[in-house]
Amino acid sequence: MHRFDLVTPGSIDDCLRALKGRGPDVKVLAGGTDLIAQLKVGMLKVATVVDLSGVADLRVLEGDAQRGFRIGAAVTARTLERDAKLRAALPSLSESGALVGSIQIRNLATLGGNICNAAPSADMAPPLVALDAEAVIAGAAGRRKVPMASFFKGVRQTVLAPDELLVEFVVPATGPRSGGAYLRHTPRRELDIAVVGVASQVSLKDGVCAKARIALAAVAPIPVRATAAERALEGQPLTPQAIARAADLALEAAKPISDQRGSAEYRRHLVRVLTRRTLTIALERATA
Amino acid sequence: MAKQVLSFTVNGEPVEALVQPYMTLLDALREDLGLTGPKEGCGTGDCGACSVHLDGKLVASCLVLAHQARGRSVTTIEGLARGKTLTPVQDAFVRRGVAQCGFCIPGVLMSAAALLAENPKPSEEDIRYAIAGNLCRCTGYTKMIEAISEAAGAKG
Repeated sequence: MHRFDLVTPGSIDDCLRALKGRGPDVKVLAGGTDLIAQLKVGMLKVATVVDLSGVADLRVLEGDAQRGFRIGAAVTARTLERDAKLRAALPSLSESGALVGSIQIRNLATLGGNICNAAPSADMAPPLVALDAEAVIAGAAGRRKVPMASFFKGVRQTVLAPDELLVEFVVPATGPRSGGAYLRHTPRRELDIAVVGVASQVSLKDGVCAKARIALAAVAPIPVRATAAERALEGQPLTPQAIARAADLALEAAKPISDQRGSAEYRRHLVRVLTRRTLTIALERATA
Repeated sequence: MAKQVLSFTVNGEPVEALVQPYMTLLDALREDLGLTGPKEGCGTGDCGACSVHLDGKLVASCLVLAHQARGRSVTTIEGLARGKTLTPVQDAFVRRGVAQCGFCIPGVLMSAAALLAENPKPSEEDIRYAIAGNLCRCTGYTKMIEAISEAAGAKG
């Protein structure tokens, strides 16, 4: 293990004081399932680690489908998987939490950690983007909100400054006739990383799609919205034909690479299949 | 980068140890406290051999810093039995000869114990899901599932 000093703040303000004036030589530690692994294999070297496990405010989880949710950055993947209200109101986010790692990983891994690690394949990113969630970021000058669609800047790069802390996510109310789903493709069910992931969220009004959001993982340096597909659905009845056309249009947002997990061609195929499937499930949930 | 005092509860006993800030919980348990039941397999959270309970929740102790356990309660395989009396799931593992090389077994038993604490009557699918984070390179999964299933029956 790379050697470092450990700071253990008890509040968000303590944490900001520990980060003040520091640069990339300091990292905050939430679940550790990415950070500790990266420090162990030498992928990352830091002088100081700020452990968030004593900051209870980062584990807030409140809200419902009518009011929307506040979800603390240190809420675990296992909580996303199992919290009954979250599962019912935000199934796509819950599904993404359930797919990460194994139970012993999900009890550690956090929503904020998955987002700040900013892997192109991060499972929890597409649901947050498709839900129009905002990240609440605390810094020396106060708090700012950043829409999740503009949070990521590149592979492992986000809008966060080194002296800022991601505090929580605000997920707006989805409305009464709304449904969402997240699916990913992996060769193994457990402990694998998405070849492609797709989250869809649809809201219905008067028999047509009032709002559609489709977000893709692992087909670009950052999670991306399939805006052409969204526009093609809005104002239309969600027929199988409309969904199939949206699945084709989702390809316009995908700029996949070929790597050890899959070829670019295979990823384009998966974008089409998973977009169709998630839209179909989202529609079922919106009408249930 | 000096060692710091860590106070926590291990297998029901209050414990103090002087631990480096960068030491993992797994290393503190094994090297400072002599609890060698939890094993280091991969060291990066993939294999489950280091599984312990932290405040009752199953975690990979190779990815937890020892100091993150301050003030909290850790249970290792050594703390599962009550005195010399094995839990039904440990007993079923022994009688059915589940262990082959045995390296993964402490982790598997911690996963099984976490499952049975939450769900006393798991289906076979529940059991498979609960131990999916534990790799057995001897591939002895079938007997594990049978033993956990039997122990669940015995508890009821």
